[in-house]
Amino acid sequence: MTTQPDTSAAPKQTGFAATDVLVNEFDGGPDTVQRALSTSDELQPHTELGLKDDEYDRIRQILGRRPTASELAMYSIMWSEHCSYKSSKVHLRQFGDKAPRGTRMLAGIGENAGVVQISDELAVTFKVESHNHPSFVEPYQGAATGVGGIVRDILAMGARPIAVMDPLRFGAADHPDTARVLPGVVAGIGGYGNCLGLPNIGGEIVFDPTYQGNPLVNALSIGVLPVERLQHKEAAGVGNVVVLLGARTGRDGIGGVSVLASATFDEGAEQRRPSVQVGDPFMEKLLIESCLELYDAGLVAGIQDLGGAGLTCALTETAAAAGTGMRVWLERVPLREASMSPTEILASESQERMLLIVTPENLDRVLTVAEKWGVWATAIGEVTPAGEDGSPGRLVITWNDHVVVDVPPGSLADDGPVYARPIREPADLILLQADKAETLPRPSTGDELRETVLRMIASPNLCDKTWVTEQYDRYVLGNTVLAQPEDSGVLRIDERTGLGVALSVDGNGRFARLDPYEGARLALAEAYRNVAVTGAEPVAVTDCLNFGSPEDPAVMWQFAEAVRGLADGCQQLGTPVTGGNVSFYNQTGAAAIHPTPVVGVLGVFDDVARRIPMGFPAGSEGDLVYLLGETSCELSGSEWAWVTHGHLGGRPPKVDLEKERRLAMLMARASQAGHVSAAHDLSDGGLAQVLVESCLRRNVGVTVSLPDDGQSAFVHLFSESAGRALVAVPRGHDKAFAALAGEYGVPCVQLGATSAEPVLEVRDQFSIPLDEARTAHEATLPALFGGTAELANRHGDPEHAADPSAPAGSDRGDEVLIAGASGAAMESAAPIEADGTSAASASEAKDSTPGGPIA
Amino acid sequence: MRIGVVTFPGSLDDGDAARAARIAGADVVRLWHGDPDLHGVDAVVLPGGFSYGDALRCGAIARFAPAMDSIVDAARGGLPVLGICNGFQILCEAHLLPGALTRNQHLHFRNRDQFLRVESTDTAWTNSFTAGQEILIPVKNGEGCYVADQRTLDQLEAEGRVVARYIRGNPNGSQRDIAAITNEAGNVVGIMPHPEHAVEALTGPSLDGLGFFTSVLRALAGSSAGANAGGHQ
Repeated sequence: MTTQPDTSAAPKQTGFAATDVLVNEFDGGPDTVQRALSTSDELQPHTELGLKDDEYDRIRQILGRRPTASELAMYSIMWSEHCSYKSSKVHLRQFGDKAPRGTRMLAGIGENAGVVQISDELAVTFKVESHNHPSFVEPYQGAATGVGGIVRDILAMGARPIAVMDPLRFGAADHPDTARVLPGVVAGIGGYGNCLGLPNIGGEIVFDPTYQGNPLVNALSIGVLPVERLQHKEAAGVGNVVVLLGARTGRDGIGGVSVLASATFDEGAEQRRPSVQVGDPFMEKLLIESCLELYDAGLVAGIQDLGGAGLTCALTETAAAAGTGMRVWLERVPLREASMSPTEILASESQERMLLIVTPENLDRVLTVAEKWGVWATAIGEVTPAGEDGSPGRLVITWNDHVVVDVPPGSLADDGPVYARPIREPADLILLQADKAETLPRPSTGDELRETVLRMIASPNLCDKTWVTEQYDRYVLGNTVLAQPEDSGVLRIDERTGLGVALSVDGNGRFARLDPYEGARLALAEAYRNVAVTGAEPVAVTDCLNFGSPEDPAVMWQFAEAVRGLADGCQQLGTPVTGGNVSFYNQTGAAAIHPTPVVGVLGVFDDVARRIPMGFPAGSEGDLVYLLGETSCELSGSEWAWVTHGHLGGRPPKVDLEKERRLAMLMARASQAGHVSAAHDLSDGGLAQVLVESCLRRNVGVTVSLPDDGQSAFVHLFSESAGRALVAVPRGHDKAFAALAGEYGVPCVQLGATSAEPVLEVRDQFSIPLDEARTAHEATLPALFGGTAELANRHGDPEHAADPSAPAGSDRGDEVLIAGASGAAMESAAPIEADGTSAASASEAKDSTPGGPIA
Repeated sequence: MRIGVVTFPGSLDDGDAARAARIAGADVVRLWHGDPDLHGVDAVVLPGGFSYGDALRCGAIARFAPAMDSIVDAARGGLPVLGICNGFQILCEAHLLPGALTRNQHLHFRNRDQFLRVESTDTAWTNSFTAGQEILIPVKNGEGCYVADQRTLDQLEAEGRVVARYIRGNPNGSQRDIAAITNEAGNVVGIMPHPEHAVEALTGPSLDGLGFFTSVLRALAGSSAGANAGGHQ
C-alpha cells in the first residue's frame, strides 16, 4: 500500500526499551491468539513501539483482530524504517529501473547481498551496511556487531567471507566525545574482525562536526563462492525442518532496529544500551566454518542470517520468499536466560545465529557438523504448506502450547507500509551554493604554499591513519595484495590463476550537502577511480545511504536527489547497484547530518599480479610522473576551504563520468602492458596530498613542475577536480603510455620525475624534505588518541608494564618501543603525557559507559 | 617431508601456515585439534589465531586438546614444532617453552611490518638464516608482550635460546625485545611475528619468512641422514 505519512507529531519516545511493554506478559500467561480474539478492544502500546495509528489499524485489518503482544512486536520490527525501507522504497526502485544490462550480476537487491560472477567458476558477494546508532551508544560493541552482521549477510549467500572494510565518520577530531567514540569503534572493529580472521583492507576515517552526535560506522564485507554454491533464503519444501544454528538467544539487542535505527537520538540515548547487541567473534568464526561445511556437503535447502529483527525477520522472510507457511515451537529455542518471554525471544537480536531449512533426512548430518564445530543447532520448526486455494501459508508460532503468533508471513516481510514522503529543497541551499570557496583568500608565495601543504597533510582528514589501521589485521588469509592506505584493497581470489578483485569505498558528505545529486555521483566516481587506478576493471556497486530523518522534507529531498544521482551514475558507468543499505534518522535533535551516500565499487583483475600500487617505487631510476585529467579551479567543498577557512559553500566539483570511464580503460590497458609503476587517484586535498602520499609510501622523492596553463600553482596543488590521477611511468614506457592516453582521450601532462633525494620539490615554489613531511603527516592521530599507555611503553618504564609480575630493571628497557618511521610521531605526541586523562585504551573503551571518559 | 598444521577452533592463520610450508617444498598434513593421531608428520606448526576465542588466557584451553597431548610427547622426543603467535602462546601454556605472552604494553592490537634480528641459528626452524641476519616479517597481535622472570631471561640469553629480537622498535613491550625463543634442544620454537605472511612477493613485505620453513626441511633432511635429531647444525 502507498499512503501519505501521518504528519502529526509522533509521541516522544524516551527511555524506551521493548521490555517496557512486555513486562506484563506473564500475568495470566502469554498473550495468545485466543485471548486476542476475546479482548479485541484492549489498548495496545503501538505508538511506543514506533507504529503509527494507521499502521496499527492496517495490522488489525490484516489479522481480522487485534494482534497479540508478540505479533505487535513483530509488526513493529518488520514495519520499522530499518527493515521495511518504507520511506526509501519508492526511490530505490530506480536502481532496478536504471540497472545497466548485460552485467555479471547473479543476485541483486532484495537478497542478503549482491552476487557478481567473476570467472566461469567463481563469484563474489559484497555489501556495505550501517551500524551508526549502536556505535554511538556503545562504540565497542556497536562497531563489533556491525562487522558481525555484514559478515553473516555474506555467509548467507553461500560465500566464504574474505575481507572487511570500514568507512567511518566521527565528529570533530579534537572534540572530547570523539575521544570516547573513535577508540572504542576502532577497537571493536579490530576486536571482532581480527578474531574472525578477516583482513581489514581499507575504508575511510573522516572527521566533521556534522557527525558529532551521530557518528557513521559503516561496515563492508566481501566473500567468494563457487557459482554453484549460491544459497537461497526460501523456506521451500513442505515438511522440511527449520534449524536455528549458532549462539543461544539472549536479551541483548531487543528493539535494536525499531528503537535505535529508526528514530532520532534524544537525551535518553544512554538508556538504550540494552538495545545494542553484544558480539562473540569466536562463535561467529565457528558459525562460518560450520555453514561452509554444510554448504559443501549439500545439506542446506535454505538459509537466512539473523541480524536486525532476529528470529522475527528470518522466519517471516524465509517463509514469505517461498510462499509457504511455517510452524515454530518457540520453547525449543536455546536461551541464555530461561525467563525470556516469547516476545523477547522473537525480538532478540542476539548475534551469531543463522536459520537453516534442511530436509528431514539430512537433519542428523547437520547436527553432526554443528557438533564438530561446537555450535548449537536446534530444530525449532517445520515448513508447512500454502493454502489449498494457492494462498500463501501462515506462520504459526507456539510457546508451550500457547499460540502466540498466527500471521501471513508476507504481511510482515513484503506488505509493509510504503510512503511517498514530502520532498522540499532545503531553504538554505541557494544561499549556501552562492557562498563559493573560489573567492576565499589564498596562499600565493612559495613559502605560503609550503606552509599550507604541511598544514593540510597534518589535518585530521588528510593525515596518516596508521594509528587506526594498525589495529586491524590486514594479512590473515594470506591473499591481501594491497590494503590501506592504498587507493583500493586488492585481494587475490584464486592462487592458481591469479584472479583477483579490488574494492574501494568512498563518500563525501560536504559535496553531498552542497549538491546531493552531484555528491552521490562524485562518491561513485571516486570509488570507481580508486578501483581503476589499481588497474582493475570496475564491475559493480554497493551503497550505504546515511541520511537524517525522512520525516523532514529537506532530508527527503537530499535522499531523493542522491539516489537519483547514484542510479544515473551507475547506469552511465555500466556498474549495477547490487545491494546496500539505507540509514535514516542520523541526526541529533533537529540537526541532520550532511547527507552522506557512501559508495563501494568492486573491480576485477584477470591477474592480480599486475595491480598498480600508489607509492612511487623505490630503487627505480627516475620514473616519469604524469598528471592525468584536467584541473579546473574547483575549491568549493574542498578540504582546503574547510581546513584553512572553516568554509563550506558553493557547488562541488563537476563530474564527467564518461571521462572517468575512459580513465579507467586507460589504466586497465596500461596495467596489462606494464606501463605504470605507481598510480594514485586525486581527490580530497588535491595534487598536494597525492604527491606527499606517493612519496612517503616508499620514502621516494619527486621533483615536479606545475603545468604552465594559466591556472595558479595554488589551484594546481589544492583544487579537487574529479577525473584525475597521478601516475609514475618507468623510462622507456613513456612514449607508449602517452600514446595510450591519447588513444583514450585522457589529458596527460608530464610533471617531473622521481628522484634519489628524499625530498618533495615543486620547482619555482618550494621543497619539503620527506622527513619533515612525514613528521607532520603522522603526528596527528597519535597526538589526539595515543594516550598515556603508549607513552609509558615508549620509555620502557617497568612501572607501567602491563604485567605487574614483570621484573623491573630490564637492561634493554630504554630500547623498548617505536623507532623508525613513527619515532617522530611519538615525539610529537609527548605533550599529552602531562595530561594523563587522555588515555583512551582499547580496554578502557571496552568497559566504559557512554559519556564516562568525557569527564 | 610432511609438515602438520593443527587447526583448533578459532585458528585463523592455519591456511597461511600450510601455504608457506607448501611453498617451501613440504607436503602439508592438516591436523585436527580433537584427533590425537599426528598421522606420521615430521614436524608440526601451531598456527596463529584466537583458539577457543582466547577464553581464560590465550592458549590456555588449546593446551588441553587431544592433539596437544601427542605433540607435547613428540616434541620432548625431538619432533620439530613451531608455534606462531597463538601457537607460541599455546607452547608456553603447555610448558614446552618458558615465560608467557601478555597484553601489549600499549594495550592495542598492533599489525605492522617488523624488523627482527635472528640471534640463534641453532634451531630446527632457523638454521638457514645467518646469525645476526636482519629480516622483515609482519607482526600482528594484542597479547604479544613476552615476559619471564629475570633468572629465566638470563638463562635464555646465556644458553643462546633467544632466537630473534625486535629491532628498530619493539611493537609490544616484550622484555629484552624478545620475539622468538627455543627450548633447550632447539627443536621447539615459539615466535610472535608471522613468518607465514612473508613468503610471497605478491602478498608479503618480504620473502624472509620462508627461511623458517626451509630450515626445518633442512633439519629433517639432516636428521634423516643421521645428524643430530634436534636439528643442531
